[in-house]
Amino acid sequence: MELPLLHLALVGTPNSGKTSLFNALTGSRQKVANYPGVTVERKEGFFVTPLGRQVSVVDLPGTYSLRGRSPDEEITRDFVLGKASGEAVPDLVLCVADSTNLRLTIRLLLELKRTGRPMVLVLNMFDIAARRGITVDVERLAKELGLPVVTSIAVRKGGTADLLRLTDEVSAKLAAEAEANSWRALSVAELRATQREADRIIADCVSLPSRPDTWTARIDAVVLHPVGGLVVLALILFVMFQAVFAWAQPLMELLNSGFDALGEFVHATLPAGLLQSFLQNGVISGVGSVIVFLPQIIIIFLFILLLEDFGYMARAAFLMDRIMGGAGLHGRAFIPLLSSFACAIPGIMATRVIDNKRDRLTTILIAPLMTCSARIPVYTLIISAFIPAKDVWGFINLQGLVMFGLYAAGIISALAVSFLIKFFMLRDYAPAPFMLELPDYKMPRLKSIVIGIYTRAKMFLVRAGTTIFSMMVLIWFLASFPQPPAGATEPAIDFSLAAIIGKALEPLLAPVGFNWQIAVALIPGMAAREVAVAALGTVYAIEGGKEAAEQIGQVLATKWSLATALSMLAWYIFAPQCASTLAVIRRETGSWTWMAVTFTYMLVLAYAASLVTYNVAVALGAG
Amino acid sequence: MTDTNDTRPHMPLGLAQRGYTGVIQQLSARQAGSALSDIELESRLIELGFVEGARVEVLHEGLVGRDPIAVRVDSITIAVRRREAMAIIVA
Repeated sequence: MELPLLHLALVGTPNSGKTSLFNALTGSRQKVANYPGVTVERKEGFFVTPLGRQVSVVDLPGTYSLRGRSPDEEITRDFVLGKASGEAVPDLVLCVADSTNLRLTIRLLLELKRTGRPMVLVLNMFDIAARRGITVDVERLAKELGLPVVTSIAVRKGGTADLLRLTDEVSAKLAAEAEANSWRALSVAELRATQREADRIIADCVSLPSRPDTWTARIDAVVLHPVGGLVVLALILFVMFQAVFAWAQPLMELLNSGFDALGEFVHATLPAGLLQSFLQNGVISGVGSVIVFLPQIIIIFLFILLLEDFGYMARAAFLMDRIMGGAGLHGRAFIPLLSSFACAIPGIMATRVIDNKRDRLTTILIAPLMTCSARIPVYTLIISAFIPAKDVWGFINLQGLVMFGLYAAGIISALAVSFLIKFFMLRDYAPAPFMLELPDYKMPRLKSIVIGIYTRAKMFLVRAGTTIFSMMVLIWFLASFPQPPAGATEPAIDFSLAAIIGKALEPLLAPVGFNWQIAVALIPGMAAREVAVAALGTVYAIEGGKEAAEQIGQVLATKWSLATALSMLAWYIFAPQCASTLAVIRRETGSWTWMAVTFTYMLVLAYAASLVTYNVAVALGAG
Repeated sequence: MTDTNDTRPHMPLGLAQRGYTGVIQQLSARQAGSALSDIELESRLIELGFVEGARVEVLHEGLVGRDPIAVRVDSITIAVRRREAMAIIVA
């Protein structure tokens, strides 16, 4: 007889290695991180026990208690209590602990016990604890706590074998064990008593060595130095952006020539006509010009994932807290904002770790100002076409420097906007506390980095394959129809729908130096920013007929003035964001108003920035 | 090492310099002037391991106003702003 699905829930404090354990159990493709509270999404995975029981496991957001002081922690509490809407009551709760740091978890566990749910304590990272000379009397701990205790090494193969075996044992006798829930929010006195009890149990069952983790102390001596730490942080960010430019170049050129060759092949094979034009100009040059940026996206995610897994992100928040506080931002906002450099969507979702509502709203509003990876294609294209690739002061690449400047402009304007929000909209503001665990450093695991990058690259390609592709088809259609009358001497695109729309918008955009081709490209650019590049390619490739194989950049260099190029860069610092970002803002704030506010203020900023840039550039003779 | 904390003057952790070591004597949220309510602040501090008897050491300070501070609390490191650390009375 088939047994019903066994429901497990993973509960633990932030940094307990819960997500690593989740990945080890289910093999699911998730990222593993060190930053407290990165687990905001509902993550469910499935596995089969050695005895063949089908198991569903949910990775709950990390929490220090069941009080539920943020949306994340409320989810965890409600889920364990079986109050979460639409969720099965977990049959078994796995309370995950970092073996090197049991204090907070044992306290949480004592609180969890009151819910009456059957529970197992998983001592994770047991290898690291052993290496540090921490010994745990597992049997005694199990007796003291009155529940099964099992050790695990989530990041090692076979490291969860004991847990799997225990799951079978425990699930066999579950029905008999169900107890009534006696949990209610703890008073301060009860909380204190619980911590005392936890400390007593730990004193009885765990022997701690006198030597703490010396590596963490040594690294922190440099990385958390008041001045040195900020220098290190700036250096890391600078290397990151130089790398995005320099390392990715050879790969991008390879991809580029690949797509060019493919386009040429189609051009040579198919008879001239609509199908040939569609495949070469619409599909291959359109999607190709976006996929070319895959190497850069991989590099930026490589850096973010490495820093997260290493444990540096919490340090960055520590260093930035007061500096961001000056602009009305919470130190915790640093991680969501840093994630927004990859994409504003995960960044905005990560703001759930900010428990103060107003801090969170401010962070959401400015997150789209962080230069997301979708802007990289636009920046790269324009920079490589208009900025000479020479070295400044002998070692800094000028193109990299401009890129750095664009990122810096995004950050500075984000801080300015945040300051204005604080000043005008949220005046009765009292700073929310900043309390954050600084976890010990851990060597990033190759496997989790690879899984993380793979997930992101796939997301990007799927987007390129669906959203971007359909936008490209639309753009191609707009640019190709209606067809020019027989005997017309002007380029075909001059007769198209795209030209009609673009020319209608042109008067609005003329003051910022945009021609109608740019106007055409900006429209799909709102669906996804990187589409603007492909759209420009399509618009110009079709206009130029056989020039399709030419690099878009070369075409732009001949068609745009430097002032227009700079104006375009300025526009994209603020670029009215993509539709998906707006949708996420709508969802996370639960309000259409804040979505509209974000869209409007960014549009206004983009227009103003371009207007100033263009006119200054023209005045300086770049027109 | 003998415990001489009984004879040291009590002070809020929020005023401690880098390198300070001591033992938590009591929590007094009213002294902090935090945006949180007294009960909430005290609960959170306890949840992060700031309980009476815990050994603390101020490991690092931020650049602006020597704030926030990174505090070793027994076996873990917690970053906290001085404003909230005022609630932690040490000696």
